[in-house]
Amino acid sequence: MTAAAPIETDVAIIGAGPIGLFAVFELGLLDLKCHLVDILDRPGGQCTELYPEKPIYDIPGLPIVTGQELTNRLLEQVKPFNPQFHFNEMATGLEKLADGRWKLSTDAGTTLIVPVVVIAGGAGSFVPKRPPIPGIEVFENAGDGVGVHYAVRKMENFRGKNILIAGGGDSALDWTINLAPLAKSLTLVHHRDGFRAAQHSVNQMRELEAAGKIKFHVASVKALHGEAGKLASVTLAGADKSEWHHETDAFLPFFGLTIKLGPIAEFGIHLNENLIPVDTAKFESQTLGIFAIGDINTYPGKLKLILSGFHEAALMSQAAFHIVRPNEKLRFQYTTSSSSLQKKLGVS
Amino acid sequence: MKIVAIDRQGKEHTLEGRDGWTVMEILRDGGLDIAAECGGACACATCHVYVNDGWFEKLPAPSESEIDMLDMALAVEPNSRLSCQIVCSETTDGIKVTVAPE
Ligand SMILES: Cc1cc2nc3c(=O)[nH]c(=O)nc-3n(C[C@H](O)[C@H](O)[C@H](O)COP(=O)(O)OP(=O)(O)OC[C@H]3O[C@@H](n4cnc5c(N)ncnc54)[C@H](O)[C@@H]3O)c2cc1C
Ligand code: FES
Repeated sequence: MTAAAPIETDVAIIGAGPIGLFAVFELGLLDLKCHLVDILDRPGGQCTELYPEKPIYDIPGLPIVTGQELTNRLLEQVKPFNPQFHFNEMATGLEKLADGRWKLSTDAGTTLIVPVVVIAGGAGSFVPKRPPIPGIEVFENAGDGVGVHYAVRKMENFRGKNILIAGGGDSALDWTINLAPLAKSLTLVHHRDGFRAAQHSVNQMRELEAAGKIKFHVASVKALHGEAGKLASVTLAGADKSEWHHETDAFLPFFGLTIKLGPIAEFGIHLNENLIPVDTAKFESQTLGIFAIGDINTYPGKLKLILSGFHEAALMSQAAFHIVRPNEKLRFQYTTSSSSLQKKLGVS
Repeated sequence: MKIVAIDRQGKEHTLEGRDGWTVMEILRDGGLDIAAECGGACACATCHVYVNDGWFEKLPAPSESEIDMLDMALAVEPNSRLSCQIVCSETTDGIKVTVAPE
């Protein structure tokens, strides 16, 4: 990836879940500008990824609100502060600069230079599930269009290749449909003859199969074969346990996402059982200038609730202000009565 | 009311079930390594278990949404279930499950 010019701003937030989003509001009231990084392709974290349509009953003042609605409302609330989102990007590196600021880098080449970093990473990043096939990792990162891939970044890479796709959700079917025209051959395998995908995708897949453009088997991948990290074939097992060999250049498993702590573990911040211990006045980690709020932090009495994270965001913002603007004074104000806060919110 | 659970290391645990609770909750509270990321919302498939020894047939059939969600589970077998969708009751007393690989 070509690195873009570094972006200098006030605060970098890792995670655009409900707590990262509300932090934008609290920091915004104090005139601090934020950039957010999230590996997901949209905001909301667990709320939108795991339970968009489930009702939440313990958000103060909102007797019932779904995960998606809460996210939408938070987005509306932070809009006046114009936060900048970097979606589909993993925060991978954190480094202290000579001038005391932090350099946060992502796997997509974004660099943020900031006095304050807020980790609102929840239980960690959402990453693709890896099938429990022995030795699968050997065939990952084997190069464009060959070996094991959990995402398709560039379709062109798969032109002329023999492709095997596993899974029965929307991603498995969408990529079957999209890659079929350019693949040399495409085979889809799934453990049942039924799919958890949009009906029109299922129809399209069945048409491709009927026209002989793709193959579909009720089967699962049991083993991968190849020399020196170069995938050559797989062992497939059918519903009746019969096994056969299938030659392929690429294997694309699509089984959705799971949560792994991920790169935060390598930032050099003190962790306790994958959580970041913080104090309860500032919610700062043991590394000065690095704050942790929401599900990722721990302190005596911690409750992993959205409302706790909101409170943590408010206190953290006060402390962050003193780091970003060391020579300025903070005055406590209510949004109800402060004309300067209302100006920032665009309501006066 | 008992649940016999085999963990990923092959070790057998006998846990006390609770009427109306899900098998996932009993496994998690019993300290077994089961992610159950969505907390039982049938939205993650990380509470996947195999139901053993004839118990699969004795359980009420999985719902449409559980069958759909199993599409996101790894290493699915004919006796696969999502443990957050199995509710403990007198009829599940003694049920035997194996935690599926991650
Ligand atoms: C089914 C279910 C029901 C729930 N019900 C309730 C409820 O009723 N009430 C309640 O208060 N709470 C509830 N919760 C808990 C609530 O969802 C969490 O407390 C909340 O989502 C935590 O928010 P967060 O912003 O701290 O983290 P998350 O929502 O986990 O968001 C963290 C984000 O950070 C991203 N991330 C992490 N690391 C990186 C990295 N290195 N690079 C890029 N991105 C990264 C992740 O992709 C993710 O999007 C429920 C949770 C579940 C699963
Ligand atoms: S806990 Fe998520 S599907 Fe069962």
